[in-house]
Amino acid sequence: MAQMTMIQAITDAMRTELKNDENVLVFGEDVGVNGGVFRATEGLQKEFGEDRVFDTPLAESGIGGLAIGLTLTGFRPVMEIQFFGFLFEVIDSVSGQLARQSFRTGGRFNAPVTIRSPFGGGVATPEMHADSLEGIVASQPGLTVVIPSTPYDAKGLLISAIKDENPVIFLEHMKLYRSFRQEVPEEEYTIPLGKADVKREGKDLSIITYGAMVHESLKAAEALEKEGYSVEVVDLRTIQPLDIETIIASVEKTNRAIVVQEAQKQAGIAANVVSEITERAILSLEAPVLRVAAPDTIYPFAQGENTWLPDANDIIETAKKVLTF
Amino acid sequence: MAAKKEKQFNPVETLHSIEEQFEMFQILNEEGEIVNKDADPNLSDEQLTELMTRMVYTRILDQRSISLNRQGRLGFYAPTAGQEASQLASHFALEKEDFILPGYRDVPQIVFHGLPLHMAFLWSRGHYEGSIIPEGLNIFMPQIIIGAQYIQAAGVALGFQKRGTKAVAMTYTGDGGTSQGDFYEGINFAGAYRVPAIFVVQNNQYAISTPRELQTAAKTLAQKGIAAGIPSILVDGMDALAVYTATRDARERAINGEGPTLIETMCYRYGPHTMAGDDPTRYRTSDTDNEWEKRDPLIRFRKYLEEKGIWSEEKENEVIERAKEEIKEAIKMADAAPKQKVSDFIKIMYKGDLPYNLQEQLDTYTEKESK
Repeated sequence: MAQMTMIQAITDAMRTELKNDENVLVFGEDVGVNGGVFRATEGLQKEFGEDRVFDTPLAESGIGGLAIGLTLTGFRPVMEIQFFGFLFEVIDSVSGQLARQSFRTGGRFNAPVTIRSPFGGGVATPEMHADSLEGIVASQPGLTVVIPSTPYDAKGLLISAIKDENPVIFLEHMKLYRSFRQEVPEEEYTIPLGKADVKREGKDLSIITYGAMVHESLKAAEALEKEGYSVEVVDLRTIQPLDIETIIASVEKTNRAIVVQEAQKQAGIAANVVSEITERAILSLEAPVLRVAAPDTIYPFAQGENTWLPDANDIIETAKKVLTF
Repeated sequence: MAAKKEKQFNPVETLHSIEEQFEMFQILNEEGEIVNKDADPNLSDEQLTELMTRMVYTRILDQRSISLNRQGRLGFYAPTAGQEASQLASHFALEKEDFILPGYRDVPQIVFHGLPLHMAFLWSRGHYEGSIIPEGLNIFMPQIIIGAQYIQAAGVALGFQKRGTKAVAMTYTGDGGTSQGDFYEGINFAGAYRVPAIFVVQNNQYAISTPRELQTAAKTLAQKGIAAGIPSILVDGMDALAVYTATRDARERAINGEGPTLIETMCYRYGPHTMAGDDPTRYRTSDTDNEWEKRDPLIRFRKYLEEKGIWSEEKENEVIERAKEEIKEAIKMADAAPKQKVSDFIKIMYKGDLPYNLQEQLDTYTEKESK
């Protein structure tokens, strides 16, 4: 096994599927010779040729349309939206067309498209690069939305996404791209979509979270342990559909839960998780389910982002409210 | 010392000189006379009568659809009368393996490509069975988002290019559609990849009520293709022979690896935008209507065929009767479609396993709907 960063694991997943299935195509802005602005597609064009890994003109809506058309001729596009803030340029292709493709053709033309895109705060980007827009796509019926938090998960989930017969949005948190390495198998393996992972076991409180907040939550859990609290951290990994079974099992065990997301409180999917817990496990609860999220402003200017983003301290504060309720 | 005369660049002149080159391509004039003998595609008598048959059939389909809609027996309908040459003669240049990405008015083309008429009616009514595209039929259902089909067509054409399939992606939009970003992105992508696509702009002069002049300063819509670096042509959209020839040539270039073409067909819709309450008298005068009706695609083609001795009133009546009969039959078939269930909708959302939320909802609705 090799030690890989998340970006290396992502490249490796694409390499694996380009090798396994000749219908897989990788394309987007600057993904060819340049290997992507984050080097996610490093070396892929050289290895698989310009026919399979190629640059597109600079137009996100066009990239989405291209993917749709390619599915109609039997291809399995892996398209990159250079930054997920550019989603608004391609929202019709994503929500208006791809999500509906199977439905509007009575099931004849399913859409095996993977949309990869970097997002997330803490890396001092200009406007429209860091926003957590996952809630927008997660609320669109027809789309699966995946957000990995580790290199190992990233590779297994991306391979599952590429193999999936339906459109999958695969969001890559920029802060996690190179923040740590992990053992990642060199061979193909999959992690099922729609399955959460308990990243830390505990019995007093469940923190349900995803993306970069998994790591803030783990930090918080460690700190809380020193104060005598046993905290479980559930990494959703797929935010649509949710892994209800794992969420409910955790809450039924700990009887207390908080939901943590980097997105603003009115965005993201925390509200949805809270609703599911309330509908399915209210009698197990010893306290209200609270949320840790960013304030409901526009994503801030880079120099102010770290005071805006939720962190381990915010999580500890909210966790204590629930633990001492 | 004699000063060297520098070439003076004049952007205004450049624009005018480009625009002047977009003359309207015509083969058959309003009187049904061949005015461009060199361009005559020399279709066989059989082909000519088949094309006429399709245009007559479509005119009847339009009349019947309007009246069925008024009786509440058809749903969403965008009238086609006036656009028969633009629609059917462009389609006539295609082969079965070619893929059509239509706009919402382009139902006749997908019907003649192979979509059973009763399915077109079910689609109009809003029944999902109308959209279950039969295996082997290369069409997408009509696009509602103006311009989205243009970028998708670039994708289909890229797919054909990668597969080495000798086929084209054919897509349609209207004059208003050329103002959309997706229009530019579609022709630009197709040009950049040099893929086998044909982009048709059916310029019927109004985007709902907005006149063509308000869409753009461009003198022609065809010239927009120049910016994308693709061959572009302005065609008399009321002239079936010109539309056919332009499309045939575009297809030939595409198949030969010479990339996409943009075709503007100058035409007119006699009816309203759709049957959902549009009133053309608010934005058009009857003088304009009459002016265009004189250029009617059926009248001139009929004259031409009658002159050749291969068309007659009797023949036309046969087509009309057959169309009426088939429409009646198709309506009967559409009437027989089962009532739609929520569980049907859930089942066509995904290929493969359903996510938990839909699985739960499927269980609930299956039980509810079995009662």
